[in-house]
Parts: sequence; C-alpha cells; structure tokens
Amino acid sequence: MWEYTDKVKDHFLHPRNVGEVEDADAVAEVGSIACGDALKLSFKLDENKRIKEVKFKTFGCASAIATSSALTEMIKGMTLEEAEKVTNQDIANYLGGLPQEKMHCSVMGREALEKAIAIYKGTVPKETEGKIVCECFGVTDLEIERAIRENNLATLEDVTNFTKAGGGCGNCHGAIQEIIDRVRGELSTKPPERPKLSNIQKIKRIEETIEREIRPSLKLDGGDIELIDVVGNRVLVATRGACASCQASNQTLKHFVEAKLRELVWPELVVEEVSQ
Amino acid sequence: MKTIYLDNNATTQVAPEVLEAMLPYFHDLYGNPSSMHSFGGQVGRKLREAREQVAALIGAVPGEIIFTSCGTESDNAAIRSALISQPEKRHIVTSRVEHPAIKALCAHLTDQGYRVTELPVDGEGRIDMDQYEKSLTPDTAIVSLMWANNETGVIFPIEAAAQMARSRGILFHTDAVQAVGKIPIDMSKSAVNMLSISGHKLHAPKGIGVLYVRKGTKFSPFLIGGHQEKNRRGGTENTPSIIALGKACELAAQNMELENTKVKALRDKLENELLARIPNSRVNGDRVNRLPNTTNISFEFVEGEGILLMLDEFSICASSGSACTSGSLQPSHVLRAMGVPFTMAHGSIRFSLSIYNTEEEIDFVIEKLPSIIETLRGMSPYWKVGDRICSTY
Repeated sequence: MWEYTDKVKDHFLHPRNVGEVEDADAVAEVGSIACGDALKLSFKLDENKRIKEVKFKTFGCASAIATSSALTEMIKGMTLEEAEKVTNQDIANYLGGLPQEKMHCSVMGREALEKAIAIYKGTVPKETEGKIVCECFGVTDLEIERAIRENNLATLEDVTNFTKAGGGCGNCHGAIQEIIDRVRGELSTKPPERPKLSNIQKIKRIEETIEREIRPSLKLDGGDIELIDVVGNRVLVATRGACASCQASNQTLKHFVEAKLRELVWPELVVEEVSQ
Repeated sequence: MKTIYLDNNATTQVAPEVLEAMLPYFHDLYGNPSSMHSFGGQVGRKLREAREQVAALIGAVPGEIIFTSCGTESDNAAIRSALISQPEKRHIVTSRVEHPAIKALCAHLTDQGYRVTELPVDGEGRIDMDQYEKSLTPDTAIVSLMWANNETGVIFPIEAAAQMARSRGILFHTDAVQAVGKIPIDMSKSAVNMLSISGHKLHAPKGIGVLYVRKGTKFSPFLIGGHQEKNRRGGTENTPSIIALGKACELAAQNMELENTKVKALRDKLENELLARIPNSRVNGDRVNRLPNTTNISFEFVEGEGILLMLDEFSICASSGSACTSGSLQPSHVLRAMGVPFTMAHGSIRFSLSIYNTEEEIDFVIEKLPSIIETLRGMSPYWKVGDRICSTY
C-alpha cells in the first residue's frame, strides 16, 4: 500500500474543481489511457488576466487525481506568468510530498499546466519537440532531460519515478542512462578530482574488488572468473565454472564485472576475456 | 468498521481450528522431531499425522510430501531439481501468465543459458493445447504450468497437459497454490510429477509450503543440510506450521463442497450484480473453467488504485491488476498476456472469496461499488455521461 499523506488522501477523496470550464480560454490534455494516466485541464481568465476558473478531469491513480486537484487550487488567482513558474516539486510540496514512485503524477500536472498556457498563448505545443526515447509511455529526450535538471535526478529509477520513461519493456534503459550521464556531466561544472593510482595500486584494487564484490555473486550461479593480467586500462580475465560455458557470460562481463570495476576502481577500465 | 475481506487469493485468515492445533507446539511441545527422546518424538508423530493429512487432500502418499517454507520455495525447488537431475536438457516450457515465483525464475534461468518457451494465452486466459504439444521437444527438461491463475482464477487443463509431457518422458510441475483446497485434485490418478502448495492460501499460516514429488521422480534437493524430509529438504522443521497445514488440509477436504456451492454462489451473485449495475464492465478470463472463489472484473475508463482506496474507506479489501498497484508502471502481466485492452486493464479489480464470507458482505459491496465507479468516472476525461456502449475490441 502506498504511503500517501493525509493531504493527498483528502484531495483524492474530496477533489476540488472537477469538471470542464465552460467557454474556457484554454483546454489542454496530456497523457493517454494506454499510459495509465491522463489529465484534461481547462481554465478561464478574468479581466485582469488572472486565472478565474480552472477545472480538471483525470484518469489515473489516487495521486494523479490528488495532484490535479492540488494544482487547480494552487493556480487559481495567479497570472499566467506566475502559473508558469509552478514546478512539479511545488505541487508535490503542496500535498506534503508524494511517494517517490508517484512523482510522475506531479510532472503530469505541470505538463498539463504548461501546455494549457502554451495553447492560450498560441505557441508551439510541446509534444512536437524532442525525440521519443521511451516508446511504451511516449516520453521524449527533452522531457527526460528536463526532469533530471529540475529534480536533480541521478539514476534510471529516479527518471522512471518522475517521467515513467523506462517503466515498460525496458528497451530504452541504455538511452536513458546516456541522457543521465550527459546531463549530469553538464550539471557538475568540474569533474570530481580522481586520485591517481599507480599500476600496482590499480591491480591490487582490481583483485580486491573481484574477490569481495564480484566473485561471490558469480559463485551464486556456479560461475567464477580469474584475473590474468592488467595492461593499462585493459583488465584481462578468464571465465571459470558455469561462466565458461554460459552464453550470457559476455553480458555479465560487460554489465556486471566491468561496471563494478569502473565504479570501485577506475572509470576507464575495460574488461576483456582471454582464453586460458 | 468490520473488515470485509475479499482478497483471499493474496492470503487467508488462519482458521480457528488450525490456530488451536498449532499453538501447543510453540511453547509446551517445543521438542525437535528428530530427537531420540520421547519429548521430541511426540512432535515427530504429530508431523507424520500432518503429512498424512496433506497427502490425503491431494490423493498422494505421505512419502511424496516435502514441507518447504512457501510456494515460491516449492516452485524453485521443483524447477531446479528437474534441471540438475537432467543436465543434458536445456529447455523449459511454461506460460506467460505464471506467478512471479516461476516467471522470474525462468527469466533468471534464461540468463544462465536455458531456453524458455512461454506459451501465450487467448483473450480468455486459455492456452492452446496444440501449440503446447508442439512446444515439447527432446531437449525439454520440465514443463511448469499453473493449475489455476491467481489473478483470474482460470484453470488450465493440467491433467491433459501432464499426460502429453509424460508420454514424451518430460517432467511436469504445476504451481497449484491457488487450486489446492478449492477444487478436487487427485495425484493418484494424475501424470503430474511435482506440485506446489502454499499454506497461507488455504487458511494455514504464512511461511509454510509443500512440494509434492511423485514417487520415482528423480529429485535433487534445493536446501542442502540435515536429513530432514528424507534428505530432500534440510533444515529443522517448522513444526507448528506443518501441524497447522495438516489441519488446514483436513478442513479444506471437508469444506471443498462448500467452496463449490456457497462460495461459488456468492461469487456469482457479486459478479452478476456488479455487471448488471455498472455499465462498461466485463469479466476477465474464462468464466467456465475457473476457481469458484475468484472474479476479475474490469471497469472501463477508471484506474484500479482509486477504486481500491475508495473501497478501503468502507473497509472492503480487494486487489487490482492496474499499473498503479502492480509495483511497475504497466498493468498486470496476466491481463496484458490476455490482450485485455488498456481501457479495461487499468480498471481491473479482483475479488477472491473464502468460506468465511457472508451474503451480507457481498450485498454491501454490491451496494457501494457502483457509486464508487460513478464518482471516478465523473472525474475521468474518457468517460462521457450517457456512454453506455462498450467499444468493440
């Protein structure tokens, strides 16, 4: 069961501003039924160009309904310039927080608001921009990048929680990781200082990492590896046990052994299999 | 408010008789059944009785019953044993709608180089027996098909499928955790080699399971340790829970008829009334070959999580195959495998009854649910008031 705040529950069980504004100045729809949530937002401005009336219709989980309700309460009375500044984090904060896995609901709220304002102003709708990365949920690279920047996201799981991208078949995980790496690279103004390792220190750390972090996991599946040599950043290993005959051992070497060594020893290491 | 528990495929209440039977074995009769002294020996005798009770429920002999810690352990033990005892065979046949205990294990085995055939199901959740037969090869080590589906209650033709495997010398395992106790199962007339049971699905406690292994089936233990369970599962026996499961199986045999009369009638009433009162709703899965206690109903254009939380306001417990509740961002793999359209899959609710449910409870749900669906549809951008026609899929 999700741990929703009392405010989320209140806005779900007693949603404010449900419906569609008559003679609305702008109506925006985001999401789709295939994706599992969708939000239709409509508003009307008063003579001072402030949001006089705003209503929503939402298909989705309790937190999607609650964030929609919260959003309408928040922006009522705002000018469009003020409303444009509302972030997904503001919506989540208004509700006393959302479970991490549900942050995408707040992103959907912000997207609907942005789209409605764009439609009102007659500017280009957002969705034509960017390139679809996640086919399952129709999420673009620009949306992912923006979520990373605005919410300081660091992992694939974060990106899925905030945008749903990567939450389906998983084919796009590599592409999302590339975006994370690129954006985070740009976010950190200077790369963190890495202590230089002597060759001996490097080999020693590789040995320790294999022994402590890698071998126990491989052994669970009856496999093993042996360190043969280290040449520059090339780590030469031989597979043993079940790994030696396993078709997936290449994957294991790249995605597990190399990733671990890069993380814990040196980021430029490359693992290569040699037959010995 | 009194809890109305309609989520018995998730877990069940420990039956009062079962609780009473197990309690002495925590404190007064805490002996180790393997001990030489009579203080432990009396517990050993009680375990023998429990083994007989379990065996009796499924038409097995006591020596074919191995106590485990849960259904998942039983499933893992069965599949791994089949692979280890036939190292030359590298192929597994299963279905797309299995419980994660099988599904995730098979995915893991795929990574290890095994070939896995996941049989598709049709819109009613049924497998195609011709396609099944064609999937069996000389390289097939084991077939694992669930007896009854946990989400829809749909029953697979396990006996026929097991016969086909046996005639080709292929081992057959069935995850029967939802079926045992609800429908008659007779291993004495069956070709099934291995069968998994979970205690907490039939009014025994959580943390106890059984793997039935037909006499003569090669078996390689999953947990290696002491000589318990005739060297087939090491580890000191969970004596109170084993005794509880024995009692639960004895009760299940007595209540089997009730499951298929009273429980089934309540389920049918719930289902028919909800379908009649709520437009754009439908049952997921084969309504004929189905567990008597389960119904999986989709309400179009709303999301299951919202329905569950509103039911929760009335202390009504059910579950959903919607994306929001599945722990991932997609609706249940079972509904997706059946090709249930998204408009329906997101709004699916599973009600699973037990012999402890009453007609008053069912009437209460029938009274409350229509207005919940109406409220949520009132908020849904896809629901048009007056829309009464289900789109054709």
